[in-house]
Amino acid sequence: MKRHSNSSLAARKAASYFLFVVIALFIMIPLYALFLATFKDGKDMIQYGLSLSLDWEKLHFRNYSMLFSGSAHRYWIWYRNSMLLTVVQVLLTLFVSACVAYGFAAYEFPFKNLAFVFVLIIMSIPFEILMLPLYQQINDMKMSDTYTAVLLPFLTHASTIFFFRQYISGIPAQIREAGRIDGATEYGIFFRLIFPIMKPSFAAMAIMNGMNSWNNFLWPLLALRSDAKYTLPIGLNTLITPYGNNYDLLIVGSFFAIIPIVLLFLLFQKYFIEGMTAGAVKG
Amino acid sequence: MCRTNWKMSLHIDLIRIHFLKKTGGLETIHPFFSRMEVSMKKFFYSRKAAPFVFICPFVLTVIVFWLLPIGKSVIMSFQNVLQGQTEWIGLRNYRQLLNDRVFRIAVGNTFKFTIGMLLLLIPISMVLACIVNSRIMKYTKIFKTIYFIPALTSVVVAGTVFRLIFGESDRALMNQVLQFLGGDPIKWLKLRSTGYAALLILACWRWIGVNMMYYIAGLQNIPAELYESAAIDGANGFWQLIGISIPLLKPTTTYVLTISINAGLSMFIESYMLWKGNNSPSNIGLTIVGYLYRQGIEKNAMGYASAVGILLLLVVLAINMTQLYLTGFFKKEERS
Repeated sequence: MKRHSNSSLAARKAASYFLFVVIALFIMIPLYALFLATFKDGKDMIQYGLSLSLDWEKLHFRNYSMLFSGSAHRYWIWYRNSMLLTVVQVLLTLFVSACVAYGFAAYEFPFKNLAFVFVLIIMSIPFEILMLPLYQQINDMKMSDTYTAVLLPFLTHASTIFFFRQYISGIPAQIREAGRIDGATEYGIFFRLIFPIMKPSFAAMAIMNGMNSWNNFLWPLLALRSDAKYTLPIGLNTLITPYGNNYDLLIVGSFFAIIPIVLLFLLFQKYFIEGMTAGAVKG
Repeated sequence: MCRTNWKMSLHIDLIRIHFLKKTGGLETIHPFFSRMEVSMKKFFYSRKAAPFVFICPFVLTVIVFWLLPIGKSVIMSFQNVLQGQTEWIGLRNYRQLLNDRVFRIAVGNTFKFTIGMLLLLIPISMVLACIVNSRIMKYTKIFKTIYFIPALTSVVVAGTVFRLIFGESDRALMNQVLQFLGGDPIKWLKLRSTGYAALLILACWRWIGVNMMYYIAGLQNIPAELYESAAIDGANGFWQLIGISIPLLKPTTTYVLTISINAGLSMFIESYMLWKGNNSPSNIGLTIVGYLYRQGIEKNAMGYASAVGILLLLVVLAINMTQLYLTGFFKKEERS
């Protein structure tokens, strides 16, 4: 009997490993194909598509030297724009969302629950549905083609507010009371007492918002018009258009668009996972 | 628990000392201010006003960037919007939409895609998470890391990579696979069924890792003793999955279901990238949002596009309200 269960355990183990390895291959192969393609000709990409085939004699580093010699293309301008927008977006969103979350978590006021249900409902509306009204609103406000238009609508990020509210609810109310007794203002309590305690919760949200901002495509595509303001995803997208089939830059540029995030992920994996699965743990 | 309280109270004491030293006279108001300014300042610093100051940025952004635009969009959906002149046409946009053949294709594609994604992603990611949780494998950490990477890539990159993998040439990866299996190369993105498959594969590739993480997080809330006692009673992995994991994972499943439905219904960029723009051969990749984009941005028929958007918004809101209701959120908020 015991031997039987041992052998079935071994079979289950083998089946599990098999399943996981197959899916791991499924996930890695496209990325590996992209990596290989950085050494191939862009023209070949257009003609033959991506594959794992390797022709050692044809491999070259010209794409890399073209990318890094960089005056004939705007790649690094887009890169810089994306970096800038990501950093500003993360700082602003974290700060404003923390304030809002504190307002919800630390006080009682009329219609509070109603307002918070609103947060949840907004959190759940996919942006794609709102893009058209928002696009018009930006045009009406004469803000199109500015970074303000890219940043402002997402200043308060609903799931970030939700996450911070949970975190602040875990901080004992006595801390606020102590602050009041000692004569701190309501804002002093938040900035000097609560904000420092909240620090550990910032990492996950910074990463989640940073990634969203770095990869954000649809909204910048609608909000920005001039080439010099493009972010990396829209910049890369312009390379695909029929007019400028520049696949050398597209492939190697795509590869370098992933690299910083993957490196950050390998360093701060815990926060990535915490941030991206934050919405699921409710209660 | 006890220990944290003790630490907290020490912390509070330290903070009090700190404040007594630092902010002794901060609240005394300078006589220079006029009476009105004094009272306004007093109100600003009062405990009643503070929460509104804190949530004011949220309220403002919601009003300016969500409610107003949606309101305008609702109005526009009853109008024929042309440059410089708008005409009230009542329900004509909506009526036209119901008879719109292309819109029907878009709706069909979107629902087919959403259902396919649910059928693939939810069971697979749940089973994967259960295997990780059962600890019969080593090295799960490496697998988790690998599975998560696609979620980090931008849709632009992922879509481009998959478009090239599903290339028409017999030297593109998927055609090589087909040939290896003894088939003939096909034009993946030009046929309805294979185009659909490509889109599903792209979506699975991107989201399987994140969904698995949701389930792993959910499984951690299930006490291990349940599995132990089930094992003693002779339930194997399969029956543990049926009897324990699936029922107790219901909250996680509800959540994953909702976000997957949302993602499916609002699917657009994946198809946009896979077909190099919004025009796929005989609209095989056209989604509802794609149609909205085509009418609103490409054809500038804002009224008609608004009608599409409002319909979709209503569907999504209904689904999300159901989810909030099912997870008992409304009840909980009333109680607290």
